[in-house]
Amino acid sequence: MPTFVRTEKCDGCKGQDKTACMYICPHDLMKLDKDGSLTGHAMKSFNQEPDQCWECYSCIKICPQQAIEARPYADIVPLGASVQPLRGTDSIMWTIKFRNGNMKRFKFPIRTTPEGSIDPYGGKPEADISKISEPGFFVQVNGYRAGDPSELIRK
Amino acid sequence: MAGEFGNPEVIEEEVDILIIGGGMGACGAAYEIGPWVEAAKKEGVDIKVKLVDKAAMDRSGAVAQGLSAINTYIGPEQDPADYARMVSNDLMGITRDDLAYDLGRHVDESVHLFEEWGLPIWKTDENGERHDGSKGLPALKDGGKPVRSGKWQIMINGESYKWIVAEAAKKALGTDRIQERVFIVKLVNDKNDSNRVAGAVGFSVREHKLYVYKFKACLLVAGGCVNIFRPRSVGEGQGRAWYPVWNAGSTYAMAAEAGAEMTMMENRFVPTRFKDGYGPVGAWFLLFKAKATNAFGEIYMERNKELLNDYPPYGQAAVPASCLRNHLMLKEMKEGRGPIWMDTVTALAKLRETLSPREVKHLEAEAWEDFLDMCIGQCGIWAGENIEPEKKNSELMPTEPYLLGSHSGCCGIWVSGPEDLGAPTTEEHPEKDKIPSHLPEGWHWGYRGMTTVKGLFTAADGVGASGHKFSSGSHAEGRIAAKGMVKFVMDNRDWKPELDTSVDELIEEIYRPVRNFMEHKDYTTAIDVNPNYITPRMLQFRLQKIMDEYVAGVATYYTTNAHMLELAEQKLEMLKEDALKMRAKDLHELLRAWENYHRILTAEAHMKHIQFREESRYPGFYYRSDKNFIDEENWHCFVNSVYDRKTKTWTCFKRAHVDLVDKSKLFK
Repeated sequence: MPTFVRTEKCDGCKGQDKTACMYICPHDLMKLDKDGSLTGHAMKSFNQEPDQCWECYSCIKICPQQAIEARPYADIVPLGASVQPLRGTDSIMWTIKFRNGNMKRFKFPIRTTPEGSIDPYGGKPEADISKISEPGFFVQVNGYRAGDPSELIRK
Repeated sequence: MAGEFGNPEVIEEEVDILIIGGGMGACGAAYEIGPWVEAAKKEGVDIKVKLVDKAAMDRSGAVAQGLSAINTYIGPEQDPADYARMVSNDLMGITRDDLAYDLGRHVDESVHLFEEWGLPIWKTDENGERHDGSKGLPALKDGGKPVRSGKWQIMINGESYKWIVAEAAKKALGTDRIQERVFIVKLVNDKNDSNRVAGAVGFSVREHKLYVYKFKACLLVAGGCVNIFRPRSVGEGQGRAWYPVWNAGSTYAMAAEAGAEMTMMENRFVPTRFKDGYGPVGAWFLLFKAKATNAFGEIYMERNKELLNDYPPYGQAAVPASCLRNHLMLKEMKEGRGPIWMDTVTALAKLRETLSPREVKHLEAEAWEDFLDMCIGQCGIWAGENIEPEKKNSELMPTEPYLLGSHSGCCGIWVSGPEDLGAPTTEEHPEKDKIPSHLPEGWHWGYRGMTTVKGLFTAADGVGASGHKFSSGSHAEGRIAAKGMVKFVMDNRDWKPELDTSVDELIEEIYRPVRNFMEHKDYTTAIDVNPNYITPRMLQFRLQKIMDEYVAGVATYYTTNAHMLELAEQKLEMLKEDALKMRAKDLHELLRAWENYHRILTAEAHMKHIQFREESRYPGFYYRSDKNFIDEENWHCFVNSVYDRKTKTWTCFKRAHVDLVDKSKLFK
């Protein structure tokens, strides 16, 4: 299901050097065609290698214009279906359109804390350098499983 | 001076620790390392850390798309020894108990942090009803009950899993210590010690800049390996690999070239998944209790169960290994009783019998979320083929092979383990004298997570002979390695890295594909057809064809033999020679060129290990038709190897396998 960019919606992230989709694509697929010489559409982005697209939807989810969609792989899937998300800060909404016209909609939570709110070391202890060669991390959050010593048959 | 294509700017930087990669392992290291660096500072050692990712950390690595489950959560009721036993069982008895056990005792710490940071984890209430992770039920660390989809797995609302974990890692490390969109392609050994790593080189995929890093230690966590075998879909759908298509074997190839001892590179994973989309089956089997059948509705795990007796003691395990489950399915396919079905209709009908309409609606959402969280493409296939799982069953199919060390596979690098679990300190083995003498004896040699090359550490997909770490375990293993690296740097505080290769030579090598293009591009009128160079894309097709046809890909139902391997060996050698003639017409293609070079080395290691191991250790993943049995007497051992980058040759050898926990508990 390679992604494609809707000509009328993409604004090239308003002329910035790097678009949101270029920033996020894990496989370096999205490209901004600055002068239109590659696609005929200047200052719009496109998927430069559709057969390497993993359909991770990272570009679709991040696009501020909702200009990116996915078309199921042409060599596998009958035409007519679409799966489109709308990702918010705490949940994601999905609209699934079947080839036969049926529709399904789902909404799932994606995180329980505000985006950007993580305080990684807040309220956490300092590391104790004398323990650097022992098992365990600098902080314990009730998850260390010491194990039954009798299970270790060579000790 | 700003660089230009063909004439890049060179940036040299010296740090103490370089983290190569941005996935779960790298994020774990980035988080854990901060307080230890602070503690080291108090001891008078200033440690400079940098992380380099070829993509953007928010969505890089294997968890980029999200996940619908955390597959490794031990919980207070299970023991790390049980976990080590399960890992061993699924990987046919040849795993390092020290590594699995150590991971098992640490992993829940990372899961509890994920929940604190905001990852929604499903919970079961006092009536046994399931709730998604936003409902405010008690956290796991406070005794909250997860929804177990299996003995080790817990369900999550994981669309933003990586986003959340990356946020913590980025804040912990600080953005000034993170360099995104730089692809490290090669490690450089130390000038005065060839068994030590001193630097790494790579390039920006955005700007005309080459980067040369020097360091005391580095964590190489650049994922497993995808697309060395011809995929089942060869058109647009080839991007729909089961494991992420950007995992190019960089971890294995760079480590091998630096001289690191590799282990179990013969191991592979051939997941059975929903056909074409490769959607996950775990929740369907374990949570929804669906059965897989042949074309006639017969359950192959029952119909063919006598085949399990061919592989004692592994066939007698309460839960047969993943490869053996494939083996029983492949019999149906080979004998013409396909297609293989996941009977979703019966499973959902059964569940509906006892559920309220509200619960049924929730169940349907759960089934779709399973795909939408981690394999959206499968939803595209269901929607395109008008499949609603309560009305129509779906086909299953074993995929093309994948190489990885964190999921249900155990290929990777041989690393130093924990010292407190009774692991061997010597090598007791009849063929001990065939192990190259510079390599350490025993399973630990000073720094946890360090490879046999001084200063080179790894975690997650990089660590071999363990497996079943998945996302949470990869994070925890990155954290464990971070401590090992800080210790290493403190002990080597006065050591200065010196590269064994000049910066000019390194630049020339990295940039060779660009030079090939610039020099020859005007020789022909068609940019892609030129006798003086090969495109990375065609080189990848050639690799995939060789591996598929000779090294037990889907073309031969995962079957090979010594004769086919010998041909593969010759063809791969020529491919490796031709890799020097790859072209890059832009930075994007330079990225692909180096990814494919890493794929070739990884593929070669895989082939050499299969050739060396004269048995079929993983029936259902691959068969050597000339050695189509498991030989416990001669091959219940690790197969390890080292690569010599000067002669470009591999040396394979055996290492003794030892149990640290009692495995007899696994068998009936």
